[in-house]
Amino acid sequence: MAERNDCPLSRMKQGDRFRIANIAIPDPVLRRRLLDLGFVPGGEIEVGQKSPLGDPTAYRVRGTTIALRKEESNYIYGERINND
Amino acid sequence: MTRTNYTIALMGNPNTGKSTLFNVLTGLRQHTGNWPGKTVIRAEGEFAHRGATYRIVDLPGTYSLYSNSADEEVARDFLLFERPDLTIVVVDATALERNLNLALQVLEITGRVIVAVNLMDEAKKKGILINSKKLENKLGVPVVPISARNKEGIDKLMNTVDAMVRGRIKTNPLSIQYSPEIEQAISKLMPNIRETVGDAYPARWIALRLLDGDTSLLAALKQPPQRDTKEEGAYACCGSVESI
Repeated sequence: MAERNDCPLSRMKQGDRFRIANIAIPDPVLRRRLLDLGFVPGGEIEVGQKSPLGDPTAYRVRGTTIALRKEESNYIYGERINND
Repeated sequence: MTRTNYTIALMGNPNTGKSTLFNVLTGLRQHTGNWPGKTVIRAEGEFAHRGATYRIVDLPGTYSLYSNSADEEVARDFLLFERPDLTIVVVDATALERNLNLALQVLEITGRVIVAVNLMDEAKKKGILINSKKLENKLGVPVVPISARNKEGIDKLMNTVDAMVRGRIKTNPLSIQYSPEIEQAISKLMPNIRETVGDAYPARWIALRLLDGDTSLLAALKQPPQRDTKEEGAYACCGSVESI
């Protein structure tokens, strides 16, 4: 259901801001978990540091930093918000 | 006849100062252990206020009650099966949006709730203003701003607890309205649920959990964890929940 210009969160770079459009995780338990942690459609995320090995990555969500692995962030679709 | 013994559950997201509040309320009158069969710390304490004694249980900090973890299961089961007289949901004033998720979930289970907005001092430092009256009107339950660390607002919280257990405060908890399809499915399920589990459980909430495919709830309903014997009648008939 991702729109034309939606891309996965995993492709964002540090410092990017991102607006979630859709959480397409097949596992319902994991989906619920992400929703509870604040990854909700319409929500804004700021991409923080990547760990030395490139995975997981820290994300700033509603005032809290949460680290996700690519296996999760690959399924979170949305668009980059331009800061300028 | 007036009761003088009440049980209070303390809930909240991790790092909201829940345990700080717990310590402020109980002082040294507390003991800890593990929940039966789970590696989750159970902290329980007592305090007295205006002639009543309160047993207060510090539930594990959770973001949700939808049981993705042992912590969440413990918190959910306590609300469902031990049915505290009152639940205090501690929310972080500096991250209200995130914290209200849990508060709303609790309101779907029980209306006997006080929302304690903690870390008011932190919020002030960050320039965040909380309109607790407005929040109270929206949520339909008392909202008390506190700063557990500085022991501010504790008197007001205790007085609200007192007023609530004595029935002087009536609540009107916010009930989230879902899409027409979901609401329709809920009303279809509710009579069956009431018939199967009785009035002891929040039927609307159970309907929502069933629609969500929450299998751990079914397991818990079939075999409720340790609980008071007074509720024996209620779960004798839970065996056929699956057939709903």
